[in-house]
Amino acid sequence: MKRSEAATWFIAPALLLLAAVTIYPIIHVIYLSLHRKLLIFGISEFVGLQNFLFLLKDGRFWGALGNTAYFTALSVSGELILGLALALLMNKAFSGKGFVRAMVLIPWAIPTVVSAKMWEWMYNGDFGILNYLLGTKVNWLGDPFWALHAAIMMDVWKTTPFVAILLLAGLQLIPPDLYSAARIDGAGPFRLFRHVTLPLIKPMILIVLIFRSLDAFRVFDAVYVLTGGGPANTTETLSVYAYKVLFQTLQIGYGSALAVVVFICVGLIAIGFIGIMGRRVAYR
Amino acid sequence: MRKGLLYISLILVIFYSVGPLLWQLITSLKMDYELTRIPPLLPENPSLVHYIAIFKGRMFLRVIANSAVVASLTTLFALAIGSLCSFGLAKLATRYKALILGFVLSISMFPPIATVSPLYLVIRSIGLRDTWWALIITYTTFSLPLTIWILTSFFRELPDEIYYAARVDGCTPFQSYYRIVLPLSAPGIFATAILVFIFSWNEFLYALTLTSTQASRTIPVAIALFPGIHEIPWGEIAAASVTVTAPLIILVFAFQRRIIEGLTGGAVKG
Repeated sequence: MKRSEAATWFIAPALLLLAAVTIYPIIHVIYLSLHRKLLIFGISEFVGLQNFLFLLKDGRFWGALGNTAYFTALSVSGELILGLALALLMNKAFSGKGFVRAMVLIPWAIPTVVSAKMWEWMYNGDFGILNYLLGTKVNWLGDPFWALHAAIMMDVWKTTPFVAILLLAGLQLIPPDLYSAARIDGAGPFRLFRHVTLPLIKPMILIVLIFRSLDAFRVFDAVYVLTGGGPANTTETLSVYAYKVLFQTLQIGYGSALAVVVFICVGLIAIGFIGIMGRRVAYR
Repeated sequence: MRKGLLYISLILVIFYSVGPLLWQLITSLKMDYELTRIPPLLPENPSLVHYIAIFKGRMFLRVIANSAVVASLTTLFALAIGSLCSFGLAKLATRYKALILGFVLSISMFPPIATVSPLYLVIRSIGLRDTWWALIITYTTFSLPLTIWILTSFFRELPDEIYYAARVDGCTPFQSYYRIVLPLSAPGIFATAILVFIFSWNEFLYALTLTSTQASRTIPVAIALFPGIHEIPWGEIAAASVTVTAPLIILVFAFQRRIIEGLTGGAVKG
């Protein structure tokens, strides 16, 4: 048996499963998005692009798109800043490194649903520990301004460990000689960071940005469990809106159109980032 | 002085990371009447009533069992299918290697919401709705990209000579995979297994749509839909949260190094 023939048998099962459970549904969801399909009434008719045209006039869709973009931008930048600070801190020499790393990883390991419930209780307007510690009386999840920011704060808490761990791995790849050389040349801590650390972990920052932006844009669990999209849809993200249309009002056609839009947005974000990375490589 | 500052910041970081969980633990030990007043922060008479309440009626035990079975079988299948594929990509002559890896990576970017409704329709029509298998098949597939990426990079690090030597000694490709490559990459396989297990234990959207009763409902769904008669049972939710998070904390402390290897291996080496 030739090696290439054998390889086919090794690779085929994974590819078949991926095709059946991911590629087929994507094609099917595009097909469904071109239909008016209401499960309860047994209605299913081809309507072309009508769902997408309706979407353009749907204020709730634009609201959800805005919320999703805002959520993504704020939570990814928050995670990046906090994650970088954490990574720089953990890169210092201290005893008990393994213990600290395990502690820092805990929010990452906790199920999102559980962290949403934990934060919901901390955000509680009357008996929440947050108001108690801050000495405030904010109704965090009931206030149209605070609710989305409350979800963002929770997401930042939950995903900073992932960012910190990846950036730490990037920091550890920087040869110490570079720092000593720069120090001999008279660079202070700020210039060391600006001219040695930052340029060298830039590729890692880009990788983290891709992973986190794509993840944040798809956000479902965190928002759905914490606020359910409320108050008055001010925290509703695209995935949450699509889920409600698909499984609560059972408009499979329109919900699928929303899902297709999420898919396209995520694809565009990915292509955008790959473009940026590709250009960086080309310059080098 | 500078050391002191470093340790103070580390303590703050630790407090920030585990504070919410700690508060949940404290909440779970409070009696109901204590939940609706703050201060005091700590329970006056720590009590296990909420823990006893959630384990009464066996519903919660069943849900934990569902999660354990689904997560374990998913880990097993994802590693079996994924490691075969990675072996083919890393050690055998394959055309389109880069193309296949790129395809696999792009699948990991698919938003779950885009695939959930067709999968729901298919799984309902073949009668798998509300079974373990609905979740196991779905999770196995969505774990494959991560598994394949991490394992391919681990397998590539094994010298090709070992593989050739095994072939010269008469091993078939499968035997050299099974007897040589797999045992030698045990650390990488273990790291991947932990990540897949945690992913399956924590997943929510598919579990919410593909399950409907306690026959297959998993922990995240049970906690999200926690039954409350009049008001939200915060004490019981806290007790349930602590219970289902405990195994994860143990995993993190026992295998922190492996988890970090897996997380960075999947992202960096690719």
